Amino acid sequence: MREAAAIAPDVCPRLPRGVRLVHNEAQGGWVLLAPERVFKADAIAVEVLKRCTGEATFRAIIDDLAQSFAAPRDRILADVTTLLRGLADKKLLEL
Amino acid sequence: MAETGKALHNPLGLLAELTHRCPLGCPYCSNPLALDPRQDELDTPTWARVFAEAAGLGVLQVHLSGGEPGARRDLADLVAAARSAGLYSNLITSAVGITADTLRQLADTGLDHVQISIQDNTPESADRIAGYAGAFARKQALAAEVVRLKIPLTVNAVMHRANIDHLGDMVALALWLGASRVEIAHAQYYGWALKNRAALMPTTDQVKRAAAEVETLRTRHRGEIVIDAVVPDYHARLPKPCVGGWGRRSLNVTPAGKVLPCHAAETIPGLEFWSVREHSLADIWANSPAFNAFRGTAWMREPCRSCARRDVDFGGCRCQAFALTGDARATDPVCHLAPEHDKVAALAAEQHDEPYTYRRM
Repeated sequence: MREAAAIAPDVCPRLPRGVRLVHNEAQGGWVLLAPERVFKADAIAVEVLKRCTGEATFRAIIDDLAQSFAAPRDRILADVTTLLRGLADKKLLEL
Repeated sequence: MAETGKALHNPLGLLAELTHRCPLGCPYCSNPLALDPRQDELDTPTWARVFAEAAGLGVLQVHLSGGEPGARRDLADLVAAARSAGLYSNLITSAVGITADTLRQLADTGLDHVQISIQDNTPESADRIAGYAGAFARKQALAAEVVRLKIPLTVNAVMHRANIDHLGDMVALALWLGASRVEIAHAQYYGWALKNRAALMPTTDQVKRAAAEVETLRTRHRGEIVIDAVVPDYHARLPKPCVGGWGRRSLNVTPAGKVLPCHAAETIPGLEFWSVREHSLADIWANSPAFNAFRGTAWMREPCRSCARRDVDFGGCRCQAFALTGDARATDPVCHLAPEHDKVAALAAEQHDEPYTYRRM
């Protein structure tokens, strides 16, 4: 897999109109609803996506995650960059 | 439940065929040849109840389709009902019959997504395929309005012999219109498309070129537009997992209220369909004979029964198995393991430039 391009620290990631993160018991948890597609969101993705409000900067999101999960910031930065770039390529996130 | 292979899943999607009325005459229309007349259509409160029951069953998305959903005067009320049921609403439209005013109302009501069909990359050809003069211009105008209102837009490009060589230009058009997603939807041979099969069937060379072009375009436009495409059925070696498995992921309500496992299910003789006029959606999903007819894997014969892919593609499409072999329990003949696979290859090689039989009421 190619390395995801860096995301600028002051970007405020957000779900675009037409993409919603919802919790649904019948479908067994969190799902991302998108145009004619439904994606199961795992626990990590949910923690990241809940923070993509369009208000928090990418830097703040990474800081918050590193602190909340007591994990190395570099590792979090790399993983979240890959996740968000992947979602943006699928038009599920605006960067 | 594993023994019978009939474990009941929660459906994810509801295809609501609000009406069969449509101004266009596309020769590949997926509607049945016998269309429901206007006086038989479900009323607003019944649809609202169906949406609420669907959400209760676990359905997340409702696809408001038809016919042309814009032919329903109560479309905004229906979108509102879907919204208040908590469903993600998707409008599937020809764009002819939806005014800018109606669209604004729908946007205010909370419509989540719009899909507009495009027949080709030039007005002359597109309008000829749609059987409606001026359709192409109206589609462009509505697409612009969708984008202006910041509603995500999918362009649905139905591909067949007359336009498959324009695939690249159709994707370029979708980009220019501001779509975030384009579906390269090869005509599926049910309903009107089955009637027009030889007039629509692309050649094997065309299909190969199209597949290569999709790969090039995906790389070129990564991050700009999502390009969804699958190999067209008759040219494939493996069957499609039709509707994600019979009675497993989705259901379809006809304009008159019959609930079908897929839009073509009525072509299979002997199935008993229940109506939302007499039953709740939950009752229909769990107990209607049509939904249980091919649910799970117990109905399968060989080569499906012992196949490693039986839980992946579910034996392919029941309606296609019936249409091509006369037996709805047969392996979908698209599968290279099916005894009648040769038939599909022969049909894929059959091209006749006869005039289309346009879809009409």
